[in-house]
Amino acid sequence: MKNTFIGASIERREDLRFLRGRGIYVDDLTVPGLLYAVILRSSVAHGRLKSVDTSAALKIPGVHAVITAKDMNFTDYPAGVPIVPMRLQPLPEFKPFEQPVIAYDKVRYVGEPIAVVLASSVAVGEDALEHIAVEIEDLPPVATWRAAQKNESILFEPTGTNRSLMFEARKGDADTAFRDAPYTRRENLRTGRHYGLTMEPRGVMAEWDAAKNKLTVSGAAKVPFFNRRILAKQIGLAESDIEMIENDVGGGYGARGEFYPEDFLIPFAAKHINRPVKWIEDRRENLMAMNHARETEADLEIACNRDGTIIGVRGDVHTDMGAYMRTNGAVGARNAPQFMTGPYRVPHHKVDSHLWMTNKTPVGTYRGPGRFEGCFYMERLLDMVAADLGIDRVEMRRRNLISKAEHPYKLATAQPTNAHDQTDSGDYHATLDLCLKEFGWSEKSKLGGKLVGGKYHGVGVACFIEGGAAGPKESARLEINRDSTITVFMGTSSVGQGVETIYAQIAADALEVPIERIRHVYHGSTNTVSDGYGAYHSRSVVMGGSAVLVATEKFMATLRQAAGKRLGCAESSVTLDVDKVVAGGFSLPLGEFAGLTAESAFLNHKHTYSYGSHATHITVDAKLGHIEILDYLVVQDVGRAINPLTLRGQVIGSLVQGLGGAVLEDLKYDEQAQFLTGTLADYLLPLASDFPNLRCIVTDDHPSPINPLGAKGAGEGGIVAAGGCMANAVANALQSFGVQPRALPLSPTYIWELVQAGQQKAAE
Amino acid sequence: MKMPPFEYACPTSLSEAVKLLASHDGEAKALAGGQSLLPMMAFRVAQPTLLVDLRKLSGLGEIKISADGVRLGALVRWRDIEDDDRLDAAHPLLKAAIAHVAHYQIRNRGTVGGSIAHADPAAEMPGIAVACDAEIAVMGKAGARIIKAADFFLGALTTALQPDEIITEVRLPAWPASRRSGFQEFARRRGDFAMAGAALFYDLDKSGKASNAHVGVIGVGDRPRRLKPVEAVLNGSAIDEATIAKAAAAASAAVEPQEDIHASAAYRRSLTGTMVERALKSAAG
Amino acid sequence: MPVKFEVNGKPVSVDVEPRLTLADCLRHHLRLTGTHVGCEHGVCGACTVLVDGDAVRSCLMLAVQAEGAKVVTVEGLSNDDDLTPLQKSFRKHHALQCGFCTPGFITTAHALLTEEPDCDADRVREVLSGNICRCTGYIAIVEAVLDARSAYKKTTP
Repeated sequence: MKNTFIGASIERREDLRFLRGRGIYVDDLTVPGLLYAVILRSSVAHGRLKSVDTSAALKIPGVHAVITAKDMNFTDYPAGVPIVPMRLQPLPEFKPFEQPVIAYDKVRYVGEPIAVVLASSVAVGEDALEHIAVEIEDLPPVATWRAAQKNESILFEPTGTNRSLMFEARKGDADTAFRDAPYTRRENLRTGRHYGLTMEPRGVMAEWDAAKNKLTVSGAAKVPFFNRRILAKQIGLAESDIEMIENDVGGGYGARGEFYPEDFLIPFAAKHINRPVKWIEDRRENLMAMNHARETEADLEIACNRDGTIIGVRGDVHTDMGAYMRTNGAVGARNAPQFMTGPYRVPHHKVDSHLWMTNKTPVGTYRGPGRFEGCFYMERLLDMVAADLGIDRVEMRRRNLISKAEHPYKLATAQPTNAHDQTDSGDYHATLDLCLKEFGWSEKSKLGGKLVGGKYHGVGVACFIEGGAAGPKESARLEINRDSTITVFMGTSSVGQGVETIYAQIAADALEVPIERIRHVYHGSTNTVSDGYGAYHSRSVVMGGSAVLVATEKFMATLRQAAGKRLGCAESSVTLDVDKVVAGGFSLPLGEFAGLTAESAFLNHKHTYSYGSHATHITVDAKLGHIEILDYLVVQDVGRAINPLTLRGQVIGSLVQGLGGAVLEDLKYDEQAQFLTGTLADYLLPLASDFPNLRCIVTDDHPSPINPLGAKGAGEGGIVAAGGCMANAVANALQSFGVQPRALPLSPTYIWELVQAGQQKAAE
Repeated sequence: MKMPPFEYACPTSLSEAVKLLASHDGEAKALAGGQSLLPMMAFRVAQPTLLVDLRKLSGLGEIKISADGVRLGALVRWRDIEDDDRLDAAHPLLKAAIAHVAHYQIRNRGTVGGSIAHADPAAEMPGIAVACDAEIAVMGKAGARIIKAADFFLGALTTALQPDEIITEVRLPAWPASRRSGFQEFARRRGDFAMAGAALFYDLDKSGKASNAHVGVIGVGDRPRRLKPVEAVLNGSAIDEATIAKAAAAASAAVEPQEDIHASAAYRRSLTGTMVERALKSAAG
Repeated sequence: MPVKFEVNGKPVSVDVEPRLTLADCLRHHLRLTGTHVGCEHGVCGACTVLVDGDAVRSCLMLAVQAEGAKVVTVEGLSNDDDLTPLQKSFRKHHALQCGFCTPGFITTAHALLTEEPDCDADRVREVLSGNICRCTGYIAIVEAVLDARSAYKKTTP
């Protein structure tokens, strides 16, 4: 039979448990003898840790132990306290800035772990926190990148600097090009501090079996194999002594599943006290402990010809990195300068990216890292340039989009990591045209700037590319069950995307069996395959899906060989017919080959680039500074859509996260680097009532040439252009005031201030 | 975020409840719907040693409407106000304001008495109480007393309530059928506390001029308050565009707003004027 | 202290500290882990359960306050045989991804549709604004709830 599960809107198999409250998340686990960990975190942004006195806490009934840095004496580390290494861009320059798993000499942000209480309940553990006496000698806090730049108060004194690195994004010869350019414009642009808040806070449960020398860690997500390598090295065990178990995971968005201090502290605690220990992050902790992201300020210059064609970009991007270089913390600061040019042809490119250490929660990735920021810079610049040069905004983009014939188009290279990149395929003009047509741009844009019923109408457009499919490889394994069904084992993880359904679709198509025959898809735990790389960079479908394809080929070859031998037939005559193996007139139940298994890996060093356009129609109430979205359309070409139903979920879901960052979300600190957004009433996530009018169209007209599925990563397209598109629409709406938003989020106060400034200027 | 330990009592009479509240050196707290108190306890900002659950006290859950006005029992929930069609005529301003309170699930448990006792400067119910000259009936070990809303709210989360006192009722004066009113607030998202809001009403005399104007604001400053200079602009004037503009300017001038992470002081000042302006427009509508 | 109430039609009796929330009681004492805890300060709605028919945040209610009440959780709105019409509608519209907020949406939507089977999209959005979903962007959730209304309309005799 020839299947067409790929491309069909198959309802998800995961839903059957989630909808009935039968998903098992890490806090749903319990084991006999379990102790609960509660973490004492620094309330001081920057200071020297003088002493931690746990004696009073230890007297509280139900408190079993309080762990501090003094309990750690790991000879691999100078201070005895393990350090969390970088996973991506692990440059030697970053080493001095990496985070110890627990504070031992200094505290560098509000929320840094100082002690771990092990208690009979979470409540008792929290009671004990108030009885731990911590002495900290205050140091001047560094609350902004500008303060960091002064190098007056230095977070890591031996380094002598608060700048951990400068990335250089380069292409062509920007300085020469700018010297001869007929037109340039320079702008200062800022993005707010966001994070990939997951609805399920993080959690770890660790069980130590001393007799078997076996550590079992539940709560893994995203990159379990990598995290096992880190933990094994830190804690002094062999990788095979540790099993990482992935449970149902309540959201990832780049933030969950990286190796955090707690990913050491909880297994260590379990081993230390020889009892199972569980830690579940509460929301207040989550806001100050999970990786932050996105806070940048860019000073950029663009050079163009009079016809609007871009000659080059140059300038500086400053990222507020927070207090430590965490596992993937450099990604955003590298991506923003490297990929800010997006889908546009930019021959000359010279942007320096400065990574400033501040006394804030450390930074990691959040969906579309650096790309949301970079797209905001670029799209704002394009609108301002178009206005300066008297060119229609859409025409400005058409003139600069990379054409179909130009692929693969070389993007800027980032140093010192020598990160080359290039596009893969696509017709960027076609998605823009489709977007404008379906959006009704020609009609709606006539309303731009008009005051109707007390509100100013505005339209905005923005284009994006989305990098996906990070290598170097991914693994899949298929195994025959006794009941003649097949199980798929994956090296990638689930963070809610629906990979169990999608891998079943791909496997069923490849094996030409009904999808129900793919009985289970297991993923994310270190016992599924020999090695796995996880779920990030929109890689699950491309890398994992391609791994399924190559594994099915190996599986069929192995089955043909076994069945051919068994049935005495030529291997080439063996076929799989639902639950039977058929050859030369004979047939055997597939279950006869139970245990037959084949694992294979897909290798890839190139990236996919899905692409598309956003268009929005908003109104602005200038007196309130309030934005309402009347219509928002995302058109994205994904190379090949595996499941249009779940793909729409990715696009709309990421779009609303982007709109959150464009309009609502901002993690704030005061000048003492005290954290001000410690509740969900302060960090404002989008609600069901905020953005009701959103649409998306997903096309798959231009398959990726770099993988057998033709698929492209598509988890970030909704988020990347949301900030730029919204800010452009606000500028269009408030053109009579001369408003040009240069910062996100577009909060009521900010928009109101822009209007006030515009009015004042007009009055002068 | 587990609550600190406390004792719990669920008395069946008001006198017993008062006695319990008086028994813990001022460290006991009355528990109504818990929608404001329990989050404070989850953050350990509030650490009462005894919670006195009021849910078994009879007679505090009624909405009484008479010629004297509207009496809201302390345990009346937002949901009860929302569902009571009599209030559309008996107190349209209350009805309009309560539509903005929090979210569906909170509205099923949050109470009038709880909100008044909590005294958030941006909360709607305290704003209505102040704007409407409500009387707040309380019972304590010294007996029952009535506190005027204007005297009740002393600052952010601070009231004239003694530790042993329980709010029993909020009494809103009678509402003439011809009265004009408007409520406007603006929050970052639906159900959030307002960055500023206005609750106002006035009566019209035979010549079409406003009298008895009451203008209350929430979310600006440390407590809900009436803006007498704005009321002075309205009283004796026709509520036309010129008057509304004057009133809005007077409102902005009359407040001393605070700055927080959601809004600057200057923005709040402007917003207060806009809210008064829009509330007046909807009242005049 | 001892507390007795009814959960999903069955009487339960537990001995709890007064400070225990109903959410933690359901999850950790009664092992009904379908009710999720996302914020513990009454903002996210993941812990929504029905108490005497009303949708409430179980993190903002003490277990001792549930004495004598009838509590229904997502498990009580589910059965082994098949998804309910509301659940089917969520699945059809892809109104869930990671599934963590989903039980709160199911209980809230069930309460809404039981009381107001004719509610319009604005009302659905207003009511669901008390539940936070980080994955879906809500569009599909609103569609799913609207699509499930017919199952809640009383059939005329």
